[in-house]
Amino acid sequence: MRDRPLVQLTLARMREFYREPEAIFWVFGFPLVLAFALGIAFRNRGPGELKIGVLRAPGDSVIAAALDRSPALAAAVLDSGEARTQFRTGRIALLVVPGDPLVYRYDSTRTESRLARLEADEALQRARGRPDVASVRDERVTEPGSRYIDFLIPGLLGMNLMGSGLWGVGFSVVQARTKKLLKRFMATPMRRSHYLLSFILSRLLFLFLEIAALVGFGWLMFGVAVRGSFGALALITVLGALSFAGLGMLVASRARTIEAVSGLMNLVMLPMWILSGTFFSYSRFPDAMQPFVKALPLTALNDALRAVMIDGTGLVRLGAPLAIVAGWGAVSVGVALKIFRWR
Amino acid sequence: MAAIRCSGLVKRYADVVAVAGLELTVAAGECFGLLGPNGAGKTTTIEILEGLTEPDAGDVELLGMRWGGGGAGGAADRALRERLGIQLQETQLADKLTVAETVRLFRSFYTSSHSVDEVLALVELEEKRGAWVGKLSGGQKQRLAVACALVSRPELLFLDEPTTGLDPQSRRQLWEVIRRFRAAGGTVLLTTHYMEEAERLCDRVAIMDHGKVIALGTPRELIASLGAEHVVEFALVDGAGRVPAPEELAALPGVQAVRPGPDRTALTVAAVHLAVPALLGLLERRGAELSMLATHHATLEDVFVSLTGRQLRDA
Repeated sequence: MRDRPLVQLTLARMREFYREPEAIFWVFGFPLVLAFALGIAFRNRGPGELKIGVLRAPGDSVIAAALDRSPALAAAVLDSGEARTQFRTGRIALLVVPGDPLVYRYDSTRTESRLARLEADEALQRARGRPDVASVRDERVTEPGSRYIDFLIPGLLGMNLMGSGLWGVGFSVVQARTKKLLKRFMATPMRRSHYLLSFILSRLLFLFLEIAALVGFGWLMFGVAVRGSFGALALITVLGALSFAGLGMLVASRARTIEAVSGLMNLVMLPMWILSGTFFSYSRFPDAMQPFVKALPLTALNDALRAVMIDGTGLVRLGAPLAIVAGWGAVSVGVALKIFRWR
Repeated sequence: MAAIRCSGLVKRYADVVAVAGLELTVAAGECFGLLGPNGAGKTTTIEILEGLTEPDAGDVELLGMRWGGGGAGGAADRALRERLGIQLQETQLADKLTVAETVRLFRSFYTSSHSVDEVLALVELEEKRGAWVGKLSGGQKQRLAVACALVSRPELLFLDEPTTGLDPQSRRQLWEVIRRFRAAGGTVLLTTHYMEEAERLCDRVAIMDHGKVIALGTPRELIASLGAEHVVEFALVDGAGRVPAPEELAALPGVQAVRPGPDRTALTVAAVHLAVPALLGLLERRGAELSMLATHHATLEDVFVSLTGRQLRDA
C-alpha cells in the first residue's frame, strides 16, 4: 500500500510536536496557568469595607459608632499625627474631624475617597435623624460575561492562536532549513505544496485540542460560558489559526537561523501582545492609534472571539473583523510563496 | 548511455570560484569517486549534478535528462528525482522521529520504492526500527541517511562524504551497503577525502583541486602514473650532518621522484630493497641521523601530493 506524502508529512509534524515536552507546555500549559493566575488575581471582589478615620476630639466616639453601623464602613479614632500618616499612605479613605460643622477631609481625585465621603455623610446624617424623602429599592445584579475572566479567556485564546501559529510554523520551517532537511526534501520528488500544507493540517488538528483546553478550563474553573454558537467559535478559530500559520510562513520564508526567526517572531508578536486587547481593552490607547490597532490581525481576532463568546453575536455581523484576519493570512501566504527560500 | 555527463560547469560564490570548468562522464553501473581536499569544489559539483544548485555555466545530463524541464520543481524534474537517490553531507534528520517513521516519510515521496523493512535490511538497521533518530550513533545515522536515499530503488546514487567522521567499523559497514547497491546494477557518484575509500570502492576517480579535475582514471592507473609503487619517507634529527640535496636522492638506485616537505622527505620508489640500503649509506656518509623512516605502498594520497605539493588532509 502506498503512503500518501501529505499524510506522512503531517504525521511527522505532529510527532515532532507532541514528542517535545516544552512545546506542549507553551501551547497547552502556559495559557492555562496564565488564565488561572489572572483569573484569581482579578476576581471581582467589590470595593469591600471603606476605612474611615475620626480625629480624636470631643464627640469622636459617637461619630465612630454611627459610621460603624453602616456595613460599607469601618471607623477608627486616631490622633492627629497618626491620622496624617494613615491619610497620606491611603490606609484611610476619609478623615472626619468632629465639630460644628463636621469636616470631611479627603482627596476628591480618588474614587474610593469620594465613595467614602458619600457613605460617611449618609451614615452620619441618618444618625442625626434625617429622613429618606423618596422610597427606593436596590436590585443587585452580577452579570456573568462582565467579569475580567470573561474578557480574558477569549483574549488568551486569540493570543494562543497567534503564538502557536507563528512558532509552530516559523520555528519548524527554519529548523528544517538550518538542519538542511529542507534541502534534502528538495532532493526528492516531494511537492512543495505538500510540505507547506502539512503545517496547516497539523495546526488545525492541534487547534481543536488547544481550544477545548482553554475554553473547557474557563468554563470549569470560572464558569466562563460561550454565549454564541460553538460552530461560529470553531470557524473563527480555524480562520485565525490559518491566518497566523500564514504569517508564520512569511516570517520563516527567508530566515536562515533560529536566532533570526526568533527575533522576527518577537517583532511581529510583541506589538500585538500589548496593543491588541488581550489583557486589557485597546480602547485605552489614544484615538489617533485606534485605526492602526484595529487593523492588527490579533485585534480583529480577539474582537470576533469576544463577540461570539461574551455577546453571542452571529457570524454574519462579524464580517469586518473576519475579513481583516483572512486578509492578513492571504497576503502573508501570497508573499511567503513568492520569496520562500527552499534550501 | 552515460549515467552522468556534464561539461563546462562553472560556479562562482562572491569572489570564490568553487567550480571552474568541470567535465565529467560517468558510465551506467560505474562507481565514480570525486576526490579532493575540503574546499576543492566536490560538494558544489555534486549539488549541481543533483539539481540543487544552479550552475553559472555548463551543461548537466543525468540518465539522458536535464534539470529545469518545465520549470524548477516541475513534473519533469520530479520524474528525474524519482530515479535518483541522494544523501547530502550536512542533513540532520529529525531527532524525534523513529528510524522507521523517517524511512516511511521519505518512501511516501516516491511512486516506486522498497518497503521500509527491505531498505532497513539493506543498511542493517532492522534492530533500530523503533529508535528515535536522535539516539542513533554517528554510523547508524549515516546508514539511515543512505537508507533514505536507497528507499526509492534509485538507478543513480549520490553520496556526499558518506563516511566522514565515522569509525573504521561503521565505514566498512557503509562500504558494504554501497557494494551491494552496485552489485544490483546501480550507478554511484561519491565524494570523499579518504584515499582508502576511493581506492576500495571506486572504478574510477577524479582528483579535484580548486574546482578543477587535475587527474582522472582508475585508482590503479593514477597510482601507476607516479612511476613506482612504493613510497619511502624519512626525517632527520635537526643539526646532525648535512641534509642530502634532492638531486643526490634522485640519483639513488630505484628512486623515481623526490618530494621534499617541511617535516619529512618522500621518495617515490620502484624497488624498496635497492633504494633503502642506498639511502641509509648516503645518510651515514653525511653523518646525518634518522629520526623517522617509513615505507608504504603508493596511494591516491601520494598522487595528490605529487600533483599539488600539498597533503590532502591539510591542503
